[in-house]
Amino acid sequence: MAGVAVSTTINGDAVEYLCQPDETLLDVLRDRLGLTGAKEGCGTGDCGACSVIVDGRLVCSCLVLGAEAEGRKVETIEGMAHGDQLHPLQQKFLEHAALQCGICTPGFLIAAKDLLEKNPSPTEEEIRFGLAGNLCRCTGYDKIVRAVQDAANVMKGA
Amino acid sequence: MNFDPRYSGRNFSSVGTRPIRPDGIDKVTGRARYGADFNMAGQLVGRVLRSPHAHALIKSIDTSKAEKLAGVKAVITAKDLPDLTNGDAAMYDILDNSMARKKALYDGHAVAAVAAIDARTARQALKLIEVDYEVLPHVTDVDEAAQHHAPLINDRVFTEGLEEKPAKPSNVTKRTQFGHGDVHKGFAQADFVVERSFKTEQTHQGYIEPHACVASVNPDGTADLWVCTQGHFVYRQHCAQLLGLEASKLRVTSSEIGGGFGGKTHVWAEPVALALSRKAGRPVKLVMTRDEVFRASGPTSATSIDVKIGAKKDGTITAAEATLRYSCGPYPGSWAEIGAMTAFACYKLENVKTVGYEVLVNRPKTAAYRAPSAPMAAFAVESVVDELAKELGMDAVEFRIKNAAQEGTRSSYGPVYGPIGIGPTLEAVKSHPHMKAPLKANQGRGMACGFWFNFGGQTCTDLNIGMDGTVSLAVGTVDVGGSRASLSLVAAEELGIDYSQVKAVVADTSSLGYNDMTDGSRGTFSSSMATISAARNAIKILKDRAAQMWDIPVEDVTWEKGHAIAKGEKYGNLSPLSLKDIAAASGKTGGPIAGHSELVADGAGVSFATHICDVEVDPETGLTRVIRYTVVQDAGKAVHPTYVEGQYQGGAAQGIGWALNEEYIYGKDGRLQNPGFLDYRIPVCSDLPMIDTQILEIPNPNHPYGVRGVGETSIVPPLAAIANAVSNAVGVRMTHIPMSPPRILAALDAEREG
Repeated sequence: MAGVAVSTTINGDAVEYLCQPDETLLDVLRDRLGLTGAKEGCGTGDCGACSVIVDGRLVCSCLVLGAEAEGRKVETIEGMAHGDQLHPLQQKFLEHAALQCGICTPGFLIAAKDLLEKNPSPTEEEIRFGLAGNLCRCTGYDKIVRAVQDAANVMKGA
Repeated sequence: MNFDPRYSGRNFSSVGTRPIRPDGIDKVTGRARYGADFNMAGQLVGRVLRSPHAHALIKSIDTSKAEKLAGVKAVITAKDLPDLTNGDAAMYDILDNSMARKKALYDGHAVAAVAAIDARTARQALKLIEVDYEVLPHVTDVDEAAQHHAPLINDRVFTEGLEEKPAKPSNVTKRTQFGHGDVHKGFAQADFVVERSFKTEQTHQGYIEPHACVASVNPDGTADLWVCTQGHFVYRQHCAQLLGLEASKLRVTSSEIGGGFGGKTHVWAEPVALALSRKAGRPVKLVMTRDEVFRASGPTSATSIDVKIGAKKDGTITAAEATLRYSCGPYPGSWAEIGAMTAFACYKLENVKTVGYEVLVNRPKTAAYRAPSAPMAAFAVESVVDELAKELGMDAVEFRIKNAAQEGTRSSYGPVYGPIGIGPTLEAVKSHPHMKAPLKANQGRGMACGFWFNFGGQTCTDLNIGMDGTVSLAVGTVDVGGSRASLSLVAAEELGIDYSQVKAVVADTSSLGYNDMTDGSRGTFSSSMATISAARNAIKILKDRAAQMWDIPVEDVTWEKGHAIAKGEKYGNLSPLSLKDIAAASGKTGGPIAGHSELVADGAGVSFATHICDVEVDPETGLTRVIRYTVVQDAGKAVHPTYVEGQYQGGAAQGIGWALNEEYIYGKDGRLQNPGFLDYRIPVCSDLPMIDTQILEIPNPNHPYGVRGVGETSIVPPLAAIANAVSNAVGVRMTHIPMSPPRILAALDAEREG
């Protein structure tokens, strides 16, 4: 099967790759580009561990084809910090212990970033429904919600 | 061993604080490497062919077409995993579960595997493998399987634990019994008796990271295994034995682990990955799909439990009895036995009897799931306790306080308790504001207690002091939820230095002595004990080096707050030497400074919790929402309180999912109908409220800091607490978990119809 040549932008950098037509964006990120921060928890769009932002839209990268990234802007967890400066959400996840095993954390951070960009002052309910596409099995979500609330406050003050 | 593990009261400086965990930064930046995040040069992709049948004889497997497909480098069946178990029945079962030998015993049982140059080729190759099955009658229900006419799953299994050896094989593999006193006499003394039967459905641990490994076997018999596991030393032993490798030549490295909860305590695909690598002569990465995780890893038991409790008018329980049937998949287990041990552990009982039956079914092999077997037993017992309190006209909390076990109580499973937390958690619940908060229409409140043993086990730890005075702590217990932070705190505490000077890592199997796996809530308990011991050994050397530097007898040196101090007025001119000072001079005073420890961490402190739960039930749809939840649990000593809270909250959330929604659903064909997160729905963020926690600290006398395990007990009370809350909300006793909307509606309909 002939590969598809793709030119795209990932975390601000121009990237070119060749992928198979049936390969998902998640497979491309992980297996071709070495960006293993996005995780495959289910491969069916149910767990959110592979969340990335494509042209400003939060998606499960396991449900997007690698070929569909052509000409788009993709944001992954690897691009969330600016140099050695963590994003406030990353910092607050650490301070609140909003992670235990951490496998869901990249997806939650990406989803929470998308949420706060669209709604800088979410209520607890809006946070809970905004993050309902991401599964966490360790925390019971309590500390995740608190970390997002705290990050929202910090980002508003910034 | 001259290490004294006994508790002694002290004022802590590091333990009890809440610093950021050492592995946190890698986890928020995506750099942490989990099972599937590791690669090797020349690596192939492995995939497993699984039985679509619940029970079938494997007549033949033809792999010739798959082998001829371009890009396929190895195809294996059970023939490539010859039986080296030498009569060890438990190891044979592990081997047979890794790759079916004669019969496929459940939907999802591995029958063959391939290694190919990419995933697509591997998938194509699986389709070319031809398996000739003779489908056999199957049974998936625990009660049906226990009937004498049920399809027989293993004709070599005769029920153990009966007075006479049975003449016929049975799906009931073992009978166990616990208790003391005379329950017949006890029930005769009772003014009120409540007796009920309960069922719970099978659930999965639901870790978000599927099982994943990279195996590399070399022609010289050495091998490497990178794997997400709760116990890399145990994986090494099992894989080495099954593959015929020498243990010390198989280096197993535990990756970051994306959740385990007991499900990553058993080898599944790892022996297969090693066999594929051996045959292909190349490294093989094998990652389960989510479908495979549900169908072919190790969910918990489905159960069927009968409970009978009697009490006098004054509220004293006179007798308690339970019969517990637990499914264990197609291989014998000890799950009902554990359920039978835990069932009445919260109470002080003169007459108690529990009987457990292990039952084979055509479902995946049961594995541990967080306090394995205890939540189901607690559901049944705590439901009857609540109902009995109502019959007596007593408050549910007061009734439990009156009958709670205490220090000196002989437990229902045998041992006599030391200082324990059941009474204090109940007293804390009694005075908790949650118990007094008003409820609205269709809302109900429930509470329940839970118990877990906790475990200690074999532990080995190294503590190395760098020449810059920083400390590297190498532990062998996999960190499943923040234990590297806790253990760094313990090292800092013992050495008298700052937390920031310590970094803990999980060492591979070639770098440290054997460690039992992280199970039984043992990670922080046992490795902190070994860390304290290692630090004390390092302090001996630090004192010796300080004595050398001062040229005084070592007997005159003490260690205080991270410094060597010269005792006595004659040394008044000697300034204290810091750990950093001594480390900097170590090259000239005898070389590297390290503390080592190997021990069996005996004396794990038993753990108790009491939970309070408010629910709202929609009478039209049967949908239940948890609207408030409070966990009160004894930690012994909370080393890192934030992560202790996290364990309490996480266990409660898993229990909520189990109580209300999660279940394995099998069709009549014996196939699992919901092997994915869409149809096996674990709680999402919008399903849950904040989960309040209250940490009690009743020191464990058998740990220097009083630490008990904290990881598991939090999943024990929720099933019962929520069932009591739902029953109080709808006025009908709920006896079948999960209390999904259809079950609640059916219960309401049955009540209306009388």
